[in-house]
Amino acid sequence: MAKIIDDTPKPTAKERVQQAVDGVQGGQVWSSIFRPGSIFRKGYSDSPRNRSYVIMNSVLYHLHPVKVKRHAVKVSYTLCLGGLSFFLFILLTVTGIFLMFFYRPEATAAWDDISNLQTSVTFGLLVRNMHRWGAHLMVLSVFLHMARVFYHGAYKPPREFNWVIGVILLKLTLLLSFTGYLLPWDQLALWAVAVGTNMMGYTPVFGQDVRFVLLGGAEIGSETLLRWYVLHVLFFPFIIVIFMAIHFWRVRKDGGISGPL
Amino acid sequence: MTEIPEHLLKRAQAARDKAAAESASEPAAAEAAAATPADSRIPAHLLERSRAAKSKSSGETDAPGGGVAVQDKVAAVVAATPSGGGVPVGAGPGGHTQRLLTVVKSGSIQDVKAQPVDKVHTWPHLLAAEFVAALACTAFTFLFSIWVNAPLLQHSNPNQTPNPSKAPWYFLGLQELLTMFHPMVAGVTIPGVGLIVLIFAPYIDKNPSNKPEDRKFAISLMTVHFMFWSVLVMIGSFFRGPGFNFTLPWRDGLFFEL
Repeated sequence: MAKIIDDTPKPTAKERVQQAVDGVQGGQVWSSIFRPGSIFRKGYSDSPRNRSYVIMNSVLYHLHPVKVKRHAVKVSYTLCLGGLSFFLFILLTVTGIFLMFFYRPEATAAWDDISNLQTSVTFGLLVRNMHRWGAHLMVLSVFLHMARVFYHGAYKPPREFNWVIGVILLKLTLLLSFTGYLLPWDQLALWAVAVGTNMMGYTPVFGQDVRFVLLGGAEIGSETLLRWYVLHVLFFPFIIVIFMAIHFWRVRKDGGISGPL
Repeated sequence: MTEIPEHLLKRAQAARDKAAAESASEPAAAEAAAATPADSRIPAHLLERSRAAKSKSSGETDAPGGGVAVQDKVAAVVAATPSGGGVPVGAGPGGHTQRLLTVVKSGSIQDVKAQPVDKVHTWPHLLAAEFVAALACTAFTFLFSIWVNAPLLQHSNPNQTPNPSKAPWYFLGLQELLTMFHPMVAGVTIPGVGLIVLIFAPYIDKNPSNKPEDRKFAISLMTVHFMFWSVLVMIGSFFRGPGFNFTLPWRDGLFFEL
């Protein structure tokens, strides 16, 4: 009886996986997602060329050049404050979007929504805490970033205009924090905002008018809540993102971060 | 006129001396070079052709412009003697006919802007640090949020003013000023002027140096400014109780919510 002997060894599991991976990475879908030269297309091994490709072929190229000055990566120089401010903004956006699912900006519903969020929604309390503490942290980090820039004299030519943008960003950060302060609609929120907006009303000529427009009336009420909600979740984030884009762009155009002292 | 570097002048002088010494030992060399084109570096057949062209053109017309013999020109240059000595200025030691006319230093006409800078790759040197910082920041916020809850007081009530009523902490410096000045001064004038000065700081501070030792005034001014506001915020946060009167937090407790 003849026996057919198949000499070719069966592919091992590892080889099958490798084949599947090659199939996916060679396919049109994969190569349409990742640019030519992307490390996800051709693999990564540590070489100067690949180090450049990591930046050049990813969206990070909008933020960072391929190379930076050696002193610029010293944590003791920047303390990461600018980057952390930006990161906190992202963190606040993510947690804020989560909160928006459970919140109605109406005087009759707002406080109950926050209360329910804390007691009935999975991770609701945690995410609200992160949003609150992250916001305070962002005000702090933006302020410290400004102090750092001042003490390094980094606002001097050619970076004068970026300093101006930075001060605007600081103000926008405060406004974002302040508009968010009202939204829980508890006693703390109402009266903190009352104190703040009363102060604003003393601005000569147009103070009272600005206050009226911002509050949607003579006193803080349901209209105020809706207005500040829209300012907090749409208007100011939109404005601050534009100014951040200009800020980051100017950092690169002005020759990277300022030189060593 | 561009200055010729000294080492080139020295080299030229040395070459001239050497040529003078050679011509002194063979006085006929210069004349020979002029007379016999055999010494010339121009190939014989070209010389022959140019000589033929020259004789032809001089035979036909007397105009010297048309076909100038190459050999004549070269010979004239080679034979030309400078006013100073008997050395042919154009001929180098090897009989070369090129001359150094001028030396253009790169710095004088080119403005080299790009100075070499010590750089490192953004990946991994910068991105790794940023990633760790972001991770640490997330971890801190996360852990802090697990242990400390955000305040949620009673439902807002416009008819019941809490005592004390405080603004958010970053405005407490202003609220503190309100106890000392008219609201128009404390709430508008002082922060307004402060903000304008802050925005225009780069245009006010004309000192180009970023060294701390050169910026004593600017740094002192800003530090005093920061201290002023920090102290005001801390007083407003921790040392103000009911009626916004002065209290001691270790005696009367805290009247402060974040």
